[in-house]
Amino acid sequence: MTTIVATKPETLTNEEILRYSRHLIMPEVGMEGQQKLKAAKVLCIGAGGLGSPLALYLAAAGVGTLGIVDFDVVDFTNLQRQIIHSTADVGRKKLDSAAEKLKGINPFVNLRLFETKLTSENALELFRQFDIVADGTDNFPTRYLVNDACVLTGKPNVYGSIFRFEGQASVFATKDGPCYRCLYPEPPPPGLVPSCAEGGVLGILPGLVGLIQATETIKLILGAGDPLIGRLLLVDALGMKFRELKLRKNPDCPVCGKNPTVTKLIDYQEFCGIRGEETPVAAGVPEITVEELKQRLDQSLGKHDDVFILDVREPHEYQICNINGYLIPLGDLPKRVHELDSSREIVAHCRSGVRSGKAVAFLQQAGFRKVKNLKGGILAWADKIDPKMPKY
Amino acid sequence: MKIHIPTPLRQYAAKQAAVEVPAATVAEALNGLVELHPDLRRHLYTDEGRLRAFVNVYLNDEDIRYLQKEATTVKDGDSISIVPSIAGGKDPS
Repeated sequence: MTTIVATKPETLTNEEILRYSRHLIMPEVGMEGQQKLKAAKVLCIGAGGLGSPLALYLAAAGVGTLGIVDFDVVDFTNLQRQIIHSTADVGRKKLDSAAEKLKGINPFVNLRLFETKLTSENALELFRQFDIVADGTDNFPTRYLVNDACVLTGKPNVYGSIFRFEGQASVFATKDGPCYRCLYPEPPPPGLVPSCAEGGVLGILPGLVGLIQATETIKLILGAGDPLIGRLLLVDALGMKFRELKLRKNPDCPVCGKNPTVTKLIDYQEFCGIRGEETPVAAGVPEITVEELKQRLDQSLGKHDDVFILDVREPHEYQICNINGYLIPLGDLPKRVHELDSSREIVAHCRSGVRSGKAVAFLQQAGFRKVKNLKGGILAWADKIDPKMPKY
Repeated sequence: MKIHIPTPLRQYAAKQAAVEVPAATVAEALNGLVELHPDLRRHLYTDEGRLRAFVNVYLNDEDIRYLQKEATTVKDGDSISIVPSIAGGKDPS
């Protein structure tokens, strides 16, 4: 293959030669390849599910300079898949936790840590200091930001994305290859696609996809094999099937096409239709706090005018914990709305309040007048009313 | 012919991973699909009846945008893949 990433090889010390001996004795890497790895500078966006295996293996393989951008803190729900962090790291900055593990695996790696959110203001300056960018954040605003910044700075973008037990991987924004916008010119409107926090993810999946990203990164540095340029790899972990689709560079692509309309970085939150923390659909619906609900339930115990609790989560979530609500998953609400009595006072809840906000908005449109959203969802109930209730 | 349904859309297609429909073109196949599973319609099409920008359709391994789009003819043994953009991570807030 032609050289995608040109670096000036760096000589190895005797300690490094011993450490990388299993690379050095294979012709596809050899001394030349290992020196290329040492000279390479890779920027990982995020030290989460995809970023964990990606950074761990790149460090172990001897990538000389590894940059990590992250501003998050480790929490218990991360540990099921973010293997760079340990139980003892909960509450620590992901950047500190990751740096400790990476130094432990390979003290020869030059780590560059950026405790910041990647933004339109800092992305270009940051990317220019590296040879390859690997995006492990897996959300739409950052994905379009990384893509556009890679196209504008001429850096390859090693892409991975996961959902439940399915993943995608590709290499975007090489000189003649397609970019993410050639594949998807526009993001979906918010609310139409659930995230891992709503949809869940099989813990091994970011491992699989993150390692595909690591493999592609190393191949780009070595100039070996066939990189995933112009190909979209689809990974189905349940069926254990790998399928491949052809990607073409779109001549009308708004960022990498012949007459680009995106020539500088834009506001990606706005581009993806996200403003503030609240989802637009749920904003402005009437709310009730968990304390108010508890008080109402205590008062109305045994009376006919008691509040009707509507739980719009999925049945498997109901099994984890519930407050005896009537279960109608949000997706089934339109066809099961006749089961509800619009003359009663209804409090809708979900896990954190986003889905039930949509449910309240939907019920209001359907003519329900006495319906409220439980603020903070069942998580708030567990925090403030029933500390014995498990959280998820 | 077979239409592969991606994970995020399976909840609107009776949880099936693939659906068989008789069809001579991509448009007929997709029509057959949304007739079988009407809940899929708003996820695949805009109110004006156009395929949504974040839903790509492939005939075997080729993007139909680079064939004859929805008019592309299909034959027995072909398969259609619906590939929407996915994002597992939470939005930064």
